[in-house]
Amino acid sequence: MLAATYAIPDVLVFAGATLLILVGAVGVIALKNPVHSALSLIMCLLGVAVAFLSQYADFLAAVEVIVYAGAIVVLFLFVIMFLGVDKSKHPHVEPLVGQRWLAAAGVVVTTAGLITLMASSHWVGGVVAASTGGATLATGAGNVTQLGDSVFTTYLLAFEATAGLLIIAVVGAVVLARRERPVEDDTADDLETEEVDS
Amino acid sequence: MNSLAPFIMILPLLGFVTVLVGGRRLGERGVGIVATGAVGLSFVAAVASFVVLLHDANREVTVTLFTWFTVDTLHVPAAVLVDPLSITMCLFVTGISTLIHLYSTAYMAGEKDYRKFFLYLNLFVFSMLTLVLANNLVLTFVGWEGVGVCSYWLVSFYFDRDAAASAGKKAFVYNRVGDIGLLIAMFLLFTHTHTLNYLGVFSATSMLSPTVATLVVLALLLAATGKSAQIPLFNWLPDAMEGPTPVSALIHAATMVTAGVYLLVRMSPVLALSSSGRLTIAIIGGLTAFVAATIATAQKDIKKVLAFSTVSQIGYMVLAVGVGAYGAAIFLMVSHAFFKALLFLGSGSVIHSLGGEQDMRRMGGLARWLPLTFPTFLIGWLTISGVPPFAGFWSKGDVLTNVFAHNKPLWVLGVVTAVLTAYYMSRLFILTFRGHERFREVTHHHDPHESPLVMTAPLVILAGLSVVGGLLDLPWAHGFSLTHFLSPTFGFVAPTAVQSTALQTGLAIVDIAAAAIGLFAAFTIWRSTVESATFEKAFFERVWRWDDAYDALLGRPLTRVAHVSSEVVEDRVIDAAVEGLGGSVRRSGEGIRKLQSGLVRQYALAMVLGVTVIVVYLVGRVR
Amino acid sequence: MTIPVSWYLVLAAVLFGIGAFGVLTRRSALIMFMCIELMLNAVNLTFVTFARTLSDIGGQTTVFFIMVVAAAEVTVGLGIVVAVFRRRASTSVDELSELQG
Repeated sequence: MLAATYAIPDVLVFAGATLLILVGAVGVIALKNPVHSALSLIMCLLGVAVAFLSQYADFLAAVEVIVYAGAIVVLFLFVIMFLGVDKSKHPHVEPLVGQRWLAAAGVVVTTAGLITLMASSHWVGGVVAASTGGATLATGAGNVTQLGDSVFTTYLLAFEATAGLLIIAVVGAVVLARRERPVEDDTADDLETEEVDS
Repeated sequence: MNSLAPFIMILPLLGFVTVLVGGRRLGERGVGIVATGAVGLSFVAAVASFVVLLHDANREVTVTLFTWFTVDTLHVPAAVLVDPLSITMCLFVTGISTLIHLYSTAYMAGEKDYRKFFLYLNLFVFSMLTLVLANNLVLTFVGWEGVGVCSYWLVSFYFDRDAAASAGKKAFVYNRVGDIGLLIAMFLLFTHTHTLNYLGVFSATSMLSPTVATLVVLALLLAATGKSAQIPLFNWLPDAMEGPTPVSALIHAATMVTAGVYLLVRMSPVLALSSSGRLTIAIIGGLTAFVAATIATAQKDIKKVLAFSTVSQIGYMVLAVGVGAYGAAIFLMVSHAFFKALLFLGSGSVIHSLGGEQDMRRMGGLARWLPLTFPTFLIGWLTISGVPPFAGFWSKGDVLTNVFAHNKPLWVLGVVTAVLTAYYMSRLFILTFRGHERFREVTHHHDPHESPLVMTAPLVILAGLSVVGGLLDLPWAHGFSLTHFLSPTFGFVAPTAVQSTALQTGLAIVDIAAAAIGLFAAFTIWRSTVESATFEKAFFERVWRWDDAYDALLGRPLTRVAHVSSEVVEDRVIDAAVEGLGGSVRRSGEGIRKLQSGLVRQYALAMVLGVTVIVVYLVGRVR
Repeated sequence: MTIPVSWYLVLAAVLFGIGAFGVLTRRSALIMFMCIELMLNAVNLTFVTFARTLSDIGGQTTVFFIMVVAAAEVTVGLGIVVAVFRRRASTSVDELSELQG
């Protein structure tokens, strides 16, 4: 069925992406060692990048690899090593009663529901079915141009806001990670020589 | 216009206010003068009003002071109705009050609450006069409650004594039970006649069906039994003897206890509508007279004998009202006021001379020590026993004659009671004044001293009134008699039956015989003994066990109900409900509190489950 | 025929579910963060898929911004983890349960 309707290369690419993604995701949640989890996350992110590529999101695929896999996961690894939790043990027993079962049940039902919604609703059948299948994206101006146009014209405000957000994040991280300095005892020295600051 | 009439009421009120405001500065003498003077002037005003009324062709004068309140169709003025009945009441109330005020200035001398005593006394006189002079039932009710409250204060005057405090409470509670009757009567009357003015009600009696009239009459009877100490609400009166003797004389002999009879007499046009109501009244009166007389024969305390004697005599008055002899009832009321006040004040003098002794077994032989008290008391004794020519013979005879005309069995009861009256009063007289001086065993050194002039003068005056009081209503003086004077008030009521002179003479002889039997019996029995078990039956002494019956029927069950209410209902039902509500809120809060575990993962799980629900709902909608 | 939209969406949904399960189940704060990244990526995939089908570049723009925010979030979040770890020497979130009723 698959082979008859769809082009084989596309299917293969999709299958590969799927494999990477799912194995990576499962690895993240199942592996005990945080470093292994981080590496598994990289694998997943690579799969997501491939999926982006096949959907005409070239720039995003690149950003995914550079920023996500390259910077964020590296940050994760850095913190893991810094804190030294790669060697710590985790007990296998779940202390909270019923957490795993309820979580599994909730997640499975939600996912199934989402899939059902996707399958049965007009997401697939209606508007989406009538779409051009990304023809504009594929054949229009280059992906970077299109994306740049969008970011710097339609979504300019959001762009500026994210700039501010990043600064806040950097400042926050510095403040949070700073060690407390010991309080200096300078009251006795400065009483006589203290100057009035304007 | 008889504009003097409001002054009769206002003067005692002014006395009250003056003593209240300046009592401390006036001192004992000043307080006594102000209080007695206020009531004395009130008496003068009453006499003046009486004279004006005599010359007034219209025998019903209404003087309106101001409108108290008006609610929809109910219009209640503060107004005074001056008619023969109210003037008669005013005259003897103010007159006797003046004498008793005078007496009290000496009797209560040296008491630390002297000023308070006269405050209450003046307020009482004001309330009584309001009751009597009011032209509508609401104002009468004000006076009614006023005398009840003053009675409570005065009975429990020595309030640090348990017995006095509970006696005052008892008096007030019994009065209150009776008041329900008056209220019910007012409600019924207003519903049917739409007015509470006496004159208005009397002109609208046609609007009362026989059933309603009977209900009104029975309700009024209940009120009267409460205030005038009749069966079934009489046991408060003997206990009320805990108050000072002048209080007993004024309130519980001459004035407050007659308020019930006054009310019934005032409402005579309504009584005329219900023969069954009147019969009930008569039976209650007759029974009370008899029962109280039997109880009086077995009492040891001199004041208790007089108290039950009062109940008995008022029983006669109620009996007279029941058979329609309103004039006779008022005549007996007036003469009873004279001789009962005399007897009480005389007993006060005796008690005062013995330094507070009230038990007759420890008296005796006082005749030679009390040269003024003894003869006046003797006159009082003869009067109440029904010995001619004193006032008691005429007034009691008048009542019994009228009763004979309407109801023979009750007449027999009345005559038997007269025998008992003569008997127990003679017993009292003998034990107190004659025989050995048994008081010597208690007061070894002091001789009893006669009371001061201020106390003996009222005795003399009252004795004089008892002697000539009969002239008020002699059976043959139809033009110049109390009944004739009062007749406009009862003008539209069937007049009392006029009997033949022979019958009247015959009945008079029966009365004299009854008195003689009583006297003779008493002298025979009590000449030598002081206590006699056969003639002082414990059953009578225990008030026919009436108090015990009330205690068992009402007192203890109600106390149990109170216990149940406080322990079961209060604690387990109400408190449990309220605290249970609070407790359940608290407990549910504590349960919900456990949801806040502080664990992030549980919160995340809750969110996921919430999303699950939403997704399921959406899927359901799509399907 | 290109790969139908629904396949990508299903893949994204499954990825999201795995990420959610991981957040709920793992106790270490760092692993939880990684699972959150998984979920974010699932959302990114969905957006890109729709951008493709609806021929709207706005979907990709959104992904762009999501990535920016994810980066900022990780930065601050890991800063918090480091600060907490200094006090407790443990990254288990179960121990951070003082705000309880």
